[in-house]
Amino acid sequence: MAALARLGLADDRVQSLVGELNGILEHMDVLQQVDIGGASLDPDATHGMRMRDDVPNPIVLSRAREEFAPSMRDGFFLVPRLATHGTAESADDEGDE
Amino acid sequence: MSDSLLLSRSVAEVAADIASGRLPRDAALDASLAVMESANAGPGGLNAVLWSDAEGARAGVAALTLNPEQRLAGIAVAVKDNIATRTMPTTCGSKILEGYVSPFEATVIARLRAAGAVIPMKTNMDEFAMGSSTENSAYGVTRHPMDHTRVPGGSSGGSAAVVAAGVTRIALGSETGGSVRQPAAFCGIVGVKPTYGRVSRHGLVAFASSLDQVGVFGTTVDDAALGLQVIAGVDPLDSTTLDVPVADYRAARGATGDQPLAGVVIGRPVEYFPESLDPRMRALLDRSADHLRALGAEVRDVSLPHTSLAIPVYYIVAPAEASSNLARFDGVRYGLRVEGDGLRGMYEATRSQGFGPEVTRRILLGTYVLSAGYYDAYYKRAMAVRRLIADDFTKVFAGGVHVLLTPTTPSTAFVAGSRSDPYEMYMSDIFTATANLAGVPAMSQPIGRIDGLPVGGQLLASHFDEATMFRVGYALERALGTEAHT
Repeated sequence: MAALARLGLADDRVQSLVGELNGILEHMDVLQQVDIGGASLDPDATHGMRMRDDVPNPIVLSRAREEFAPSMRDGFFLVPRLATHGTAESADDEGDE
Repeated sequence: MSDSLLLSRSVAEVAADIASGRLPRDAALDASLAVMESANAGPGGLNAVLWSDAEGARAGVAALTLNPEQRLAGIAVAVKDNIATRTMPTTCGSKILEGYVSPFEATVIARLRAAGAVIPMKTNMDEFAMGSSTENSAYGVTRHPMDHTRVPGGSSGGSAAVVAAGVTRIALGSETGGSVRQPAAFCGIVGVKPTYGRVSRHGLVAFASSLDQVGVFGTTVDDAALGLQVIAGVDPLDSTTLDVPVADYRAARGATGDQPLAGVVIGRPVEYFPESLDPRMRALLDRSADHLRALGAEVRDVSLPHTSLAIPVYYIVAPAEASSNLARFDGVRYGLRVEGDGLRGMYEATRSQGFGPEVTRRILLGTYVLSAGYYDAYYKRAMAVRRLIADDFTKVFAGGVHVLLTPTTPSTAFVAGSRSDPYEMYMSDIFTATANLAGVPAMSQPIGRIDGLPVGGQLLASHFDEATMFRVGYALERALGTEAHT
């Protein structure tokens, strides 16, 4: 479990954690006795919550798009020319376009 | 005017005086900074304030363009350390985020600033909001302002202690299972958890995304209502906020007449008044119910039959979500990095040294209940029972009840270090976690004392009906008068 959670734990800590977690999980066993037949898992059931319309909204950025790139032209990010589209020398000559 | 006298007036009055020029623009901030000093709210004292920025706050006040629309003109607001600010660190009380300064600010911070408020301090908390005592912070325990041997509650214990000590009259906290209401009850102040979707979570560091909400502390009901009024509302940066009109939460503040609660039905869920409840706490709740009746409300017993299952459900759902949300803290993108054997070794070394014991415990618990073979038995079943808990509330409110009255906590503030068993600590949330699971609004307000320690009464309402909750809160506060604090 620690490996799944990407936690490096010393052996002695593992032993104490096993005891603590087992103790906590014992209290969860009560849920196995509950009749959940009446619990609707229908995703459309709102259970009193109001839901917004399921329509796409524009993605609002917390910072202006221009702040993410050093330079832009005509609404597009300017990036270094790919090496496959010319020699490295010519790419350097032509700048970051 | 002395600092304490200025801070004895409501936020609305002081802000109006500053906005109109009747008070100097820096009067409220100076008072808060002076009390922060005299109350010894920082490290070595209450340890409620982790980071402060007096200079930045003074510059903020100086730069204000005052106008009467600013409801928090010149008011200092303390903010829990898991809400993103550009001017101070945002560490979530964790070593793994030590020194981290967010490149952006939370929507709630932007709204406070737009209303004329300044943020001079960030407050201590249980690491990643996991705890009920503010003993789990990597930066030390926060002390109860009235009794330093006791805890202020948690996880927003720093914000509660700051308001209770008179440093600020409004503070922000966050709620996942009661982390505003429980410390508010322990410290004798007002704490509000809004409806899920009422306040933007953009910039609130995620713990359990389906439960988290930003909450508000206030010295009085009016301070808390004003604070919520400013931060509430839909936000395009948080798709779980809803475009529901924000009511005037302060509409009932001046309600006069003998029967201001005529037509209001108050429910007392029998499950919140078990035989084991301290009889002195029961008596204080009875006194509050008597006041509400005298104000014209009908008080009736109701049942929320799945209440006792809230803690087992909460401690499956919240750790499950936390184990996913906290996966991002791996030494690559934020804060602490501890080198290890290869990339995986670095992840494991960083996380094991960066997270404290309670966070480690909950990440493991969450990983376990989501793992193949246990998912159906734990997580899926917990989600089904969560629906039953939510349905309990829906049925009671559909039955004509407007507001529920319960104790906020099963005990008063306990002695620091006295609860070493994790599950015993989890039971501190037994009366509060239900509101988070169901998404309904709830608040705690002082209703009296036991052995000199504050007791909170909890009011819960149906989704987006904070206005009725505040209406009852205002009336109860006025009726109790000094009884609320004696």
